[in-house]
Amino acid sequence: MSVPVHEFTADVPRWSPYVTPVTLEDATPEQLDALQITPSNKKVSAYVLTLAHDPESLKVRSPLFNAIMYGKGGLSPAERELGAVGASIVNRCVYCAAVHASRFNQLTKRTDVIEAIFADGVDAELEEHQQVIFDFAVRLSKTPSEATQADIAALRDLGLSKLEILDLILSASIFGWANRLMHTLGEPVRD
Amino acid sequence: MSGTNLIESLAGLKAGSQLADAVSERSGIMEMSQASHDAVLLPREPGGLSHAERAALAVRMARWNGDSGLAAHYRELLGQAGETSALAAIASGAALEQLGADARLVAVTRHVDILTKTVKDATRADIEALKAAGIAEPDIVRLAELAAFVNYQVRVIAGLRLLEEVL
Repeated sequence: MSVPVHEFTADVPRWSPYVTPVTLEDATPEQLDALQITPSNKKVSAYVLTLAHDPESLKVRSPLFNAIMYGKGGLSPAERELGAVGASIVNRCVYCAAVHASRFNQLTKRTDVIEAIFADGVDAELEEHQQVIFDFAVRLSKTPSEATQADIAALRDLGLSKLEILDLILSASIFGWANRLMHTLGEPVRD
Repeated sequence: MSGTNLIESLAGLKAGSQLADAVSERSGIMEMSQASHDAVLLPREPGGLSHAERAALAVRMARWNGDSGLAAHYRELLGQAGETSALAAIASGAALEQLGADARLVAVTRHVDILTKTVKDATRADIEALKAAGIAEPDIVRLAELAAFVNYQVRVIAGLRLLEEVL
């Protein structure tokens, strides 16, 4: 019996879809191509099999996501994860927040930043550097965006370059996409 | 759609500016963003969501995000795909009660509004409502990708505009 997870956690749950995922047996050649099924890669998550219902989108989104989150140079990996967490808090995607909070913790070897964010959400009080990055991601994630020139100026005052700020915009924005899939097409559960 | 990059043009990036240099370091991301636009607005296989319906919903989402430039772009796509009075009402931001009798169109519009404005409150019941309105599961995924993409795109544009202003 699996139980839905409603509270933020850095202990990554399982994701359970609300719609029936594509099965590999029934997948079309285009879906298999978008799923990147190869003889050595036959393990595919329920999430990706759900998205395979729209193979044209899946095929372009996966490399875009990887380029934004893991591309070379620019903003540090941990700070991209913090941007992802900020968006996921606004959109209350518990699953996305868990995955990217745990990555942030692994990269920074600390847990207090995420603990503060999970305790107080968008009002979390952090050290200045994390605060400025988190607050910008939160404000950009509202509808409509509440980000201002002052937020950008604060990021510049931290010493972030144009490229680093661009990477933060992209990492928060791509979670405006990911959250709207993961949080609406299924839910996090514990078995 | 090749040749022009919608995000860069709507963000008002000036060629040779300091920001254009930074964006050029992420040119692959800009190209994949454009390819994503084409995949969700103009897919080869649109399923049960026509190009015109996608464009009308995108205009509505751009409006909720306060981006008139992006809304104008999608209005142009809507005109090319064939605007009907029902789709014009969706694009205009009309309330759900004013969208007419097409229960399917009302259901997809309601869902797009949730995904844009109150995504944090979305639940399983919202997907069940789409199924009850006769929306097929592949179309539920297509609809989510459309809403998710436009909400990504509008934030990249908003962020780039701010960055250009401050630099």
